[in-house]
Amino acid sequence: MKLLVPVKRVVDTNIKVRVKSDQTGVETAGVKMSMNPFDEIAIEEAVRLKEKGFATEVIAVSAGVAACAETIRTALAMGADRGILVETDVALEPLAVAKLLRALVEREQPELVILGKQAIDDDMNATGQMLAALLGWPQATFASKITPVDGGLEVTREIDGGLETLSMSLPAIVTADLRLNEPRYASLPNIMKARKKTIENLTPAALGVDPAPRLVIEKVSEPGERKAGVMLASIAELVDKLKHEAKVI
Amino acid sequence: MAVLVLLDHEGAAIKQPSRSAIAAAAQLGEVHVLLAGQDLAGAASAAAQIQGVAKVLVVDDASLAHALAEPAAALLVKLAPGYTHVLAASTAIGKNVIPRAAALLDVQPISDVAQILDADRFVRPIYAGNALATVRSSDLIKLITVRAASFDPAPATGGAASIEAIELPDNSGRGAAFVSEAIAHSERPELSAARVVISGGRGMGSAENFALLEPVADALKAAIGASRAAVDSGYAPNDFQVGQTGKVVAPDLYIAVGISGAIQHLAGMKDSKYIVAINKDETAPIFAVADYGVVADLFTALPELKTELERV
Repeated sequence: MKLLVPVKRVVDTNIKVRVKSDQTGVETAGVKMSMNPFDEIAIEEAVRLKEKGFATEVIAVSAGVAACAETIRTALAMGADRGILVETDVALEPLAVAKLLRALVEREQPELVILGKQAIDDDMNATGQMLAALLGWPQATFASKITPVDGGLEVTREIDGGLETLSMSLPAIVTADLRLNEPRYASLPNIMKARKKTIENLTPAALGVDPAPRLVIEKVSEPGERKAGVMLASIAELVDKLKHEAKVI
Repeated sequence: MAVLVLLDHEGAAIKQPSRSAIAAAAQLGEVHVLLAGQDLAGAASAAAQIQGVAKVLVVDDASLAHALAEPAAALLVKLAPGYTHVLAASTAIGKNVIPRAAALLDVQPISDVAQILDADRFVRPIYAGNALATVRSSDLIKLITVRAASFDPAPATGGAASIEAIELPDNSGRGAAFVSEAIAHSERPELSAARVVISGGRGMGSAENFALLEPVADALKAAIGASRAAVDSGYAPNDFQVGQTGKVVAPDLYIAVGISGAIQHLAGMKDSKYIVAINKDETAPIFAVADYGVVADLFTALPELKTELERV
């Protein structure tokens, strides 16, 4: 069985982004880019499912500028078998990505697509749900545990106030939450091996998808900053301030 | 045309984030709300009393009992053409269902809206709240999830909406099936709706130590939260997590204990009215956003805080 895992190239999670002075976006020139952390978790889970014998092949896919090949290469170093890059300079929205992925699913026929639950740049939290809808497949979002069972999966999901377990037949969509696993670091030999793995290059046009965005970004601005308040000498003073100054207790 | 809001309910109660979504929807037009589930009589009458609601649509069916995405999205797709906007709070249910329905309608959803400028233009946080994007949608119907902390909830009483039962559409598609759930039942207020929140970070040191927050939370009638670092370290369950990838809260009082103040945590709580930071590291970035800071060892500060609170 094949598994497909989309990976997104984003500003590294440890970088504090800066809004461009012309308010057209955030500064990405010269900024360290990495794989979206939730996508790392998705790749890790797919590779573990392969190691357990549940899957036979893990395909890592990315869509975007040519440099997304680096992100795919990271996935290959973590254990994915081959990559597909859908190259475009268009800033892709989840709807466009879901349509590109649908086309790839129809071509590659995976039984399971595991995605990160959200990308840490646009924070949309939408692509997995949208791909499931376009394919007419069941979805289990925000997964913290995936258990193969006879003919399908049981997936435990993080919901408000606790956990929920769903069962699904395949093919299906799962999106990865934080606690699904801890992604491995790629070892040097595996990084070397990944260089020999193939990455196929495609375009949205070749997949028959119009990637034009539906949302116009009019402006990107800095959020209002909070000002630091006062440092207090003791807990007793704190309680006094909360009671008599802030009046919140 | 009116605006439709998909509600989250728990038994006969409408959840507070849904009342925030109703308040957001009221800025766009006449508000109809949708209750999808099983045994909804109590929830329907609660929804009808929420201020600003004109009509309550009720779909009562066993297949909707667990708010699964597949039938809920199919239902929204059937109803959406009668509305200009379809909204839900950014809860686990809203985030699960709205994008699925949007894709079926060929619409790009707008997630986590914090401000509504007009019918087509919305402000939403990106990069964990480090930037705000103003976006304009060209889709005919807008599908939106609402950042509940950014909108004061519509009052729970004072309304008198009509209630209308509607038929479940045919949904022969494949879907996931509910197996079980494990919900932690707590006497404490819900994190995203609490007036006071006390959160612990990596500085708590262990799951056993994390429990030191409980007596203080009891004294304050507060909800308990956690930083991502505390969740990652296994000190607290994931649904305690406050931050961009967890819950976004805006209580009157937020007390951060042993939390350094990572960007992703600040994104989840910086709209709180008053922020208190207790940390032994005086250089911790959390102090830069705190109204009141105390440099102290939390293991002595927490028992002291409990004692002082009980004195006032």
